[in-house]
Amino acid sequence: MKILKIMFKNSMRHKLRTSLTILGISVAVIAFIVMRSIVSAWDVGVEAAAADRVIVRNSVSFIFPIPYAYKDKLEKIEGVKRVTWANWFGGVYKEKENFFGRLAVDHNTFLDVYPEFLISPDEKKMFMEDIQSCIIGEATANQFKIKKGDIVTLQGDIYPGNWDFKVAAVYKPRDKITDATGMYFRWDYLNQRLEKESPDRANESGWYVLQVNDPSQIAAISQKVDNYFKNSAAATKTESERAFNQGFISSSSAILTAMNVVSFVIIGIIMLVLGNTMIMSARERTREYSVLKTLGFSGKHLTGLILGESLLISFIGGIVGLLLGEMVVTGLGQVVPKTIFPLLEVSTLNIILAMVAALLVGFIASIFPIHKAVNTKIVDGFRFVG
Amino acid sequence: MSTLIEVTDLQKSYWRNNIEIPVLNKLNLGVESGEFLALMGPSGSGKTTLLNLIAGIDRPTEGKITIDGSDIAKMSESNLAKWRSANIGFIFQFYNLIPVLTAYENVELPLLLTKLKKDERKKHVETALTIVGLGDRMHHSPKQLSGGQEQRVAIARAIVTDPLILVADEPTGDLDKNSATEILNLMEKLNKEYKKTIVMVTHDPHAAERAGRILHLEKGELVKETV
Repeated sequence: MKILKIMFKNSMRHKLRTSLTILGISVAVIAFIVMRSIVSAWDVGVEAAAADRVIVRNSVSFIFPIPYAYKDKLEKIEGVKRVTWANWFGGVYKEKENFFGRLAVDHNTFLDVYPEFLISPDEKKMFMEDIQSCIIGEATANQFKIKKGDIVTLQGDIYPGNWDFKVAAVYKPRDKITDATGMYFRWDYLNQRLEKESPDRANESGWYVLQVNDPSQIAAISQKVDNYFKNSAAATKTESERAFNQGFISSSSAILTAMNVVSFVIIGIIMLVLGNTMIMSARERTREYSVLKTLGFSGKHLTGLILGESLLISFIGGIVGLLLGEMVVTGLGQVVPKTIFPLLEVSTLNIILAMVAALLVGFIASIFPIHKAVNTKIVDGFRFVG
Repeated sequence: MSTLIEVTDLQKSYWRNNIEIPVLNKLNLGVESGEFLALMGPSGSGKTTLLNLIAGIDRPTEGKITIDGSDIAKMSESNLAKWRSANIGFIFQFYNLIPVLTAYENVELPLLLTKLKKDERKKHVETALTIVGLGDRMHHSPKQLSGGQEQRVAIARAIVTDPLILVADEPTGDLDKNSATEILNLMEKLNKEYKKTIVMVTHDPHAAERAGRILHLEKGELVKETV
């Protein structure tokens, strides 16, 4: 018989209490994992940002356009390798709830600046040749059962009217963090119709994307761009794609911070639950600890027994919580549209964090019972009536 | 026979609400090796306190306790714990077995602190349980044993390390007459056949009769000795 066996037998002494404590830890770990995974999913856009891309937008607000005429000037700025641009189209696909990003992009440069969207050369050729063509991410295509060659009709809101597009390709994302939900169609198709139907809105870009030769020069290039257009009709605000994406999620930062805080508060609460269980267990065994001390067991032995039991319970709770948490996050990933959380998964970092938190809970919960057991005099322990 | 336990000018006081409560007062005592000594006296006379001090589970306020040449009052906590595991076998009134462990595992407990290998421990545990007549109940849990059997397991646990001294605090206090007789027979056997030095606290004159010497305590002092 080893000390480990005594520890295990001790932890199973009150099966219901131990099971409920394990369940409590598991629920806390599930909540922790789910919340942390959502927070991580929110940050995917920032992670997906390319190091060599710079966004140029209207300095007043993202919703105000920039003249198309800026393109030639931007191309001439030193350090700029390529320039592409896009307009947010908005619109409705069948139902308002069917949300996914729809953008008009420059077909000549878009796929070069965004190499993470993968399509075949034939598909690219089709996209180049047909002004009404578009490419759609495979997540959206799968969700709405859209396939290559289909006609997708959008009802415009920012740009009124019905807009028909032919699907030239269902693009695959290069990696897990690439957005697989977007729909990209040709900017010249939008512009041609605007020239006819709303000429005052034609020849405008929503924003420009510059691909730079040297990412370390982004700050200097950004400043150069903004200085160049400082006194123009539409002054610009230029920043790295990462900073731009961060700006997008910053509006949700309070929610994210709250979720982060809550995930750790849950761990704190469960620490109290486990602490209570351990204190009750240690209190009930006051006499037994005195017996063990009488037999020659030292403070170190008792520390090992109590700490081991606490860690064992928190470890089992952590593992069960992780397994169930993984299932919950996977389930959520299948139910929640990719447009909301393109990548909802349990990251290695979150697994480590959850297990460290669970074991830390086990460790902290054992401190008081250990202190009590070690410092209670043997004779006082025998007199103790629990 | 040589003197195994020597108690000199032993004083023990407890403090409650800043008031000193003397329990033992300048007590002197010698116990020979192989002796069976009974300590008797009314409640509060200090007999259990004396037993606890001899067993090294409590510290004297003043005085000296020398056991087999070692002054245990001067030992550090960790050394005292080691000394107890090697030299003292404790038998409690309420057996104090660990309820989640079997009889075998309870008896094995003190051996976990030794360097004995598993098969050597097994041999010791089986021998101890056989001596107390529970060779066939090794894998029973305390719940599956009677009070007398539980006490016999506790005795096996006390003797499994082959200690110098067995200390017993009211070992028959929680038992019926028949079981008490069995336990006393066993203790007598340990004293006579296995030459164990036994110090036993008891209220029961019949139990005390089994001892070679009876010391009566009153208000922390030895008042009478019966041989």
